[in-house]
Parts: sequence; structure tokens; C-alpha cells
Amino acid sequence: MMIPLNFYLLLAAGLFCLGLFGALARRNAIGILIGIELMLNAVNINLIAFWRYIQPADPSMALAGQIFALFVITLAAAEAAIGLALVIAIYRSRDTVNVEDVNLMKW
Amino acid sequence: MTADLFLINVAFYVVGAIALVGALIAVTAQNILRAALGLIVSFIGVAGVYFVLEAEFLGVVQILIYVGAIAVLILFAVMLTRGLMRGTGSAYNTQWMGAAFIALILFLLLGVVALGTRWNVVPRQVGDDVIPQIGTELMTTYLLPFEARSLLLLAVLVGAIVIARE
Repeated sequence: MMIPLNFYLLLAAGLFCLGLFGALARRNAIGILIGIELMLNAVNINLIAFWRYIQPADPSMALAGQIFALFVITLAAAEAAIGLALVIAIYRSRDTVNVEDVNLMKW
Repeated sequence: MTADLFLINVAFYVVGAIALVGALIAVTAQNILRAALGLIVSFIGVAGVYFVLEAEFLGVVQILIYVGAIAVLILFAVMLTRGLMRGTGSAYNTQWMGAAFIALILFLLLGVVALGTRWNVVPRQVGDDVIPQIGTELMTTYLLPFEARSLLLLAVLVGAIVIARE
């Protein structure tokens, strides 16, 4: 008996919600980025699980799940690089990485 | 055959637990350095999930890029910005209870959908030629997105240097 698809979806949902909580509740900007990375990972698990368990009607799309997951990984790397560069720039100019203290543009 | 399947099922629970425990550490640790290390554990667990799903290429890419590059980048950022967050009270903002509530509601919602939907499951037989196929697809069907992605990475490279430079 193979692991049912539902279990993978539940695992991904758990990871996504943990990441969401981290992204919403952390005071440290790096903690927020960590939460976002967790959410992107959860989405990738979903993509790969659907790739494995569901056949697309069009056979030329047979690898779409894996290719899309690769694109998501690239975007996650880009997001981490730019996000951390911004964090370091904010730290240089304001001496803090606490997002509650970086409220210049908050209305 | 059944023994193999049993081992794969056990492996799923092991790597899934590793991914979830790592994520839990990553969002609850008071010390941000410990959170980053928990994130690495979670990444390795997710790579294990890819291996269980027979997406070996993605599993290796996950370890190379997430554990090798992104996690090290985050550790560097933690080291460069440490010191000020030490002993400044809670790791969470004042709205963390609301955030936990929203995350819990979303998890229940996703759980209901995941368990309640009848998926039209047809597990595929994964052959040995998936990795060559991925390469071929990237160079033919997905050539334009692939090139756009390389352009994005170039822009990010330049942008990160410009933003982080003094």
C-alpha cells in the first residue's frame, strides 16, 4: 500500500502553516524570511506529490510538476538573496533588524 | 516487493517528521541562529520527501541550493546582524496570537480539503530517464521561462550587490 496523496498534502499544509505563523509573528526580519522559505518548500512538496500521483491528460506536460518546482526553487533563491541584502542594508543604516522599529513608511 | 514498499512508507514518516520538527524549531526558537539551524533540518527533511516521491533530481537540487546556498546565506545574515536582538524580549510581535489563530484555521481548512477531496490518483511508473527528460524539456518546451529565469538570477546578482554594498 503506497502512502496516499492526502498524507503528502497534509504534511505540506503543516509546513505551510508553520511558515505562515513564522512570517506573521516574528519580530526579526530574518525570522520572517525563514518563514517564507518554509512556505515555498511546502508548495514544492505539493507540486512534486501531484506530479507523482496524477497524470496530466496531455502527455507533453508529464514533467510540468518537476519543472515548475525547479522554477520555484530559483525564485526562492532570488528572494532569499535580495531579502537578506535588504536586511543587511537596513541593519547598516538603522542598527536594527527588528521590523517593528523599521516603520518609517508605516501610515 | 512488499518489504521495499514498507521501507518506503517508513521512510516517508521519518522524513516527514524531520521536516515538521525542523520547521517547528525554525518558527519557535528564541535565538534566531537556532531557528536558522532548524530551517536546515527542515530542508533536509523536505529533500527526503522528494526522494520518497522518486524525484531524485529535485532532492539533490534541494540539498545543493537550499542547504548549500540559501541556508548558508541566512546564517551569514544572522552572524552579520547579531548582537542587537539578544535579550530584547519576545521573539514574537504583539499580534502573534492572531497569527497563530490564522495559521491554525488555514491548516484545518487545508486539512479538510486534502482529506475530503476525491483525487483522480493514477500513480506513474517513474523510469530511469526522468533526469535526461527534464534537461530536454528545459531546452525545448520550457526554453523561454528557463532563459527568463537566468535573466532574473543575473538581475538578483547585481541587485543584491548594489543593495548590500555600503
